[in-house]
Amino acid sequence: MEGFVFPNEQHVTWTVMIVLYPYITGLVAGAFIVSSLHHVFGLKQLAPIARFSLVSAFVFLLFAPLPLLNHLGRPDRALNILITPNFRSAMSGFGFIYALYAIILVLEIWFDFRADIVRRYEAASGLARRVYRVVLLGATYRDERTDRLDKKVVKTLAGVGIPVALILHGYVGFLFGSIKANPWWSTPLMFIIFIFSAIVSGIAVLTFLYLFVTWNRRLTRNQATVDTLARFLWGFMMVAVVLELMEVLSLAYEQTEEWSVLRELITGRLWVSYVVLQLLTCSLGPFLLLSAVALLKLPLRISNLLVFLSSVLLLTQVLLMRWNVVIGGQILSKSYRGFTSYLPGLFEREGLVVAAVIVIVPFLLLREFDKRFPFFPVPAREEPS
Amino acid sequence: MRPTNEDDLSRRRFLRITLAGVGGVPAATLFLSTQSKDLFPPPPTDLDDLGRFEWGFLVDTTRCIGCGSCVRACQKENGVPDGYYRTWVERYEVDKDGEVHVDSPDGAIASFQTDLLPRETRNKAFFVPKLCNHCRSSACTQVCPVGATFDTPDGVVLIDKDRCVGCGYCVQACPYGCRYIDERTGTADKCTLCYHRLHRGMTTACAEACPREARICGDLRAPKSRLRQVLRERRYGLLKPDLGTRPKCYYVGLDPEVV
Repeated sequence: MEGFVFPNEQHVTWTVMIVLYPYITGLVAGAFIVSSLHHVFGLKQLAPIARFSLVSAFVFLLFAPLPLLNHLGRPDRALNILITPNFRSAMSGFGFIYALYAIILVLEIWFDFRADIVRRYEAASGLARRVYRVVLLGATYRDERTDRLDKKVVKTLAGVGIPVALILHGYVGFLFGSIKANPWWSTPLMFIIFIFSAIVSGIAVLTFLYLFVTWNRRLTRNQATVDTLARFLWGFMMVAVVLELMEVLSLAYEQTEEWSVLRELITGRLWVSYVVLQLLTCSLGPFLLLSAVALLKLPLRISNLLVFLSSVLLLTQVLLMRWNVVIGGQILSKSYRGFTSYLPGLFEREGLVVAAVIVIVPFLLLREFDKRFPFFPVPAREEPS
Repeated sequence: MRPTNEDDLSRRRFLRITLAGVGGVPAATLFLSTQSKDLFPPPPTDLDDLGRFEWGFLVDTTRCIGCGSCVRACQKENGVPDGYYRTWVERYEVDKDGEVHVDSPDGAIASFQTDLLPRETRNKAFFVPKLCNHCRSSACTQVCPVGATFDTPDGVVLIDKDRCVGCGYCVQACPYGCRYIDERTGTADKCTLCYHRLHRGMTTACAEACPREARICGDLRAPKSRLRQVLRERRYGLLKPDLGTRPKCYYVGLDPEVV
């Protein structure tokens, strides 16, 4: 503790769990948008990972509420948010937006995989056949016409899903941005920053996974896909970081009463996590690397390695950004006169081990899905770039 | 930090000295309690009748001596968990360079045992008791996702602990640091303005315990209430009025340093 904090502020209410929640939702929204870039905007280069991104969005979505549930003082009452919502509260929208988005995602995945499942249904027998029939909800017929229809539905859902994904994550930013009591959070820019950082994290996680999986399994990589991902990553990270900097710049330039304490926060408690790590290492670093990839003629191996490194750094950048927002806003006292401190424990209920599990399990789930419906069949299909 | 045995001893000594030194305190308390009966309106007869009242609170910072009786009374009356505070007292000391130093050790539950600044470097010093402002447009009521925090018809902000999910959004939204999550129940908690006492014709535990009448709870709708009387006569301020929460806790002698 440093300076004066209100006596009740010595306990940080929102822990690392609430850092993970916007992080995971960001991955959901970002991954979904990548799949929509293919389905809706016709970016053929992203076709090899369109399905992969869609299912990634889904597994992350499954895990987004988990840190929230683990954080609630009364998780047994979690459904109260749907049963007795207070619509004046920004948070009450969570259940509805989440449910709407989940429905869109499940439907899109169902229509996207329907033809494949029908093929398996036809080849299967016994219990497996019955399971496939249930999964298909009895719709076991397919021909060219139904394939076309399925594709059309997928495209429509992908289109409708874009604004919903943006709302889902913009809304998370709004949860923080609308808290007028907290000068580190209260800015209308917050939800825009959250949307762009979500897209960055989504592209970064897919880039990371695509490169990792193709390296690990020695698969033929579609270089056009990697190049497109790298280009988008570069573009979106620039917008995201500039927005983040503009927010601090406007606070600094306005020189309001709160700025004196915010400056202390940035140059003191958040110096390492915000300035050194988030801005200098994980924003400037990938910016330089991705600029080099885009502007210089580098050997393929090197440029892919730089893209891989950038994706790791940007995944860390977004996680750090969530930390600096969520924790930074709470270690700053509402007395504007001091700071408290927070470091999560290792084994406690809301500690680092549980946090790591919540982040890692979606990836394992993705791997399980891949075992049943391979995302990257061998040999990898080459798409014309 | 929790008070140690030594602190307890010194607190006891402090109380003894205070009680012995100010012989008039029991008499004053008696006087005030008889007064509050007159000044408190008759209890409501049914739920609709609650609309007759609008409870407010007044803190006279010029009268507070930082004894912490209010904090202790509140802990005792409401069973507030250790390390959390429904009310607390802040000490402000301004040094000769104009720099402001503030503290509130354990919410001042054991008063203030040591000086914040050496006497010779101190220019100005005062105490500011804090509690829930029971805002008319409270941010906590607005953000509660399940409607567990609500405004009573008589203007008190309360928490329905059978509905609260313990998300902590209200803790973040309160600009005054008045809320916390009670780890024993997993739900939000804060000052209730001793709602259980108000309609029995009793004032809040903190106001009752205050030896200096620095805290006054009263009905803003009753022109003759002590609260309205002081508000008519004295200049007062509100905490963070720019946030639009429209607090109903009025601070007499509020310094701009206090937020």
